[in-house]
Amino acid sequence: MIDLLLTRYNYVAVVLLLGIGAYMIIESTNLVKKVVGLNIFQTGIFLFFITSAYRVGGSPPVLTNEGPYVSPLPHVLILTAIVVGVSLTAVALALIVRIHAEYGTLDEDVLREVRANE
Amino acid sequence: MSDLLPLLVASPILAAVAVLALGYKFERVGWPIAALASLVQVGLAGTVAARVYGSGRTVTYELGGFRPPFGIELVVDGLSAAVAALVAVVALGVLAYARRAGPRSIAFYTQYLLLVAGLSGMSITGDMFNLYVFLEITGLAAYALVASGDSGRAAVGALKYLIIGTVGASLFLLGIGYAFVATGTLNMADLSVRLAEVGYDATLVRASFALVVAGLAVKTALFPLHTWQPEAYASAPDSVSAFISALVSTVSAYAIARVIFSVFTVDFFAAVPAARTAVLTLAGVSIIAGSALAVMQTEVKRMLAYSSVSQFGLVVAGFALANQAGVVGGTVHLVGHGLMKGGLFLAAGALAAVAGARTVDEYDGLAARAPVLSGAFAVLALAMVGVPPAVGFVGKWYIALGAFEARAWPIAVVILASTLLTLAYFARLVERMYFRRPAAGTAPAGAAVADGGSDRPAGLSVGMVAVVVVVAILAVALGSLVAEFEQLMQPTLDTLLQL
Repeated sequence: MIDLLLTRYNYVAVVLLLGIGAYMIIESTNLVKKVVGLNIFQTGIFLFFITSAYRVGGSPPVLTNEGPYVSPLPHVLILTAIVVGVSLTAVALALIVRIHAEYGTLDEDVLREVRANE
Repeated sequence: MSDLLPLLVASPILAAVAVLALGYKFERVGWPIAALASLVQVGLAGTVAARVYGSGRTVTYELGGFRPPFGIELVVDGLSAAVAALVAVVALGVLAYARRAGPRSIAFYTQYLLLVAGLSGMSITGDMFNLYVFLEITGLAAYALVASGDSGRAAVGALKYLIIGTVGASLFLLGIGYAFVATGTLNMADLSVRLAEVGYDATLVRASFALVVAGLAVKTALFPLHTWQPEAYASAPDSVSAFISALVSTVSAYAIARVIFSVFTVDFFAAVPAARTAVLTLAGVSIIAGSALAVMQTEVKRMLAYSSVSQFGLVVAGFALANQAGVVGGTVHLVGHGLMKGGLFLAAGALAAVAGARTVDEYDGLAARAPVLSGAFAVLALAMVGVPPAVGFVGKWYIALGAFEARAWPIAVVILASTLLTLAYFARLVERMYFRRPAAGTAPAGAAVADGGSDRPAGLSVGMVAVVVVVAILAVALGSLVAEFEQLMQPTLDTLLQL
């Protein structure tokens, strides 16, 4: 068990990030913190992909280096996924700004009360 | 000829950029460019569909000249051609409606074109990661479109949609990651071979299936993963809710079918019966719960939204049955539901513009005030219930047939019961529209709305009514063409079901 934790610590980090992210999305009542949780959740997935590219003794996938190389594909995929994640965060924050301007709160519970009185 | 495939995605994106670039200099340029792009899209999708159905073969294209499975491949078979054509046609119809109904901002036309690009991309891609990227383009455009309503309510609905939708897409991405770790490939055709080599009993493969289907089920809004959907549909402007309800969930349900048949294949279902049972259970629960929740709604748009939860349960059940009748029924109901639900949302929006009617109670006696729109709404509602010869009936008939053939008795009972449940929520609307008098004077709120409505018919254009009527006619007429569609689909069905 200890051995597993010490040699596969990347996967432990993935599980932790996914768990922390999901917990924040569900449990936090602050809308901004929900978006932060969303980012942490996605970061866990990014780390999973990057970890899958690793191989023991592999060098960066550049032709002048000696093989064997680490797999370059997951890095490219995650670069795309990061761009998607940044755009999502931008849209989410823009919506939160509008919600704050409209209702004057970022707290989900307060928001529900305000909207119930509408 | 296959060179047309990338244009299906590229041309709406280019048009979106053109709208954005020209829009801030010439304010009125948005609609003409979007209309031109939509017409081109219908032409492209029609040509590709004619080619696929005419030759009975799949059309493929290697992006950038990279040979699959290393490069990204675009693949159009009978199933994706139907969905791509639906996307193009519904987009054109919604645009014709939105000319008067709005929203008319430059931002709206840009997001609209990006959404068309994302949806077309999802329907024609042959690569799992590419599917994720298009899923997120679709999602981003859809979140922004929902928020294009003026009210704070739209922003809250859009944010909820964004958070839940992103979690769904992230689960989908994690599922792709599992499949990638197991096989080292992302091309769908290549994955189907490699996954079989790894073995369907491998935990990694099973977990990948569960994550991918769960992620797409969030986007399709199957119960209990539907919680974003009613508020997003109800708070968005009418044109937007019609567009999104007709297409976004539809294309996600198509993606479920694509993943089941082209990536994991029917052999996976045969090897892991629990996976099939799980999808069928999800679909069955969705059918019942969606209908039950729809009956309880007072707001018409929320009711239509919950109705979608139920109808997508039917579609996914058809696909999960994985036999000829089930898949034909699923495809027919997928396309038919897209048309009917889009038409119903447009009709509901037009009725709101005429008479200010947004709740079930306010539909009392509407038929006298707006006979054409009410007639179209009633026809679409009955088509959705499944009255022959409408397309809604044929789709449900095939799915039920598939359930009987597969001897999946519980799901067969649920499908038959679903028709009654659908009747339960549509019949009360149609009854109110035709057989009740408007509550004039008795309810002050209702009277105020009626007064406000009488000076507002300016919000209604001939184009809006025409679109709704055309959709209603299509919903009835397409029902008779399904037998020929099944013939055209046959080569695709043989491949998908490995007959």
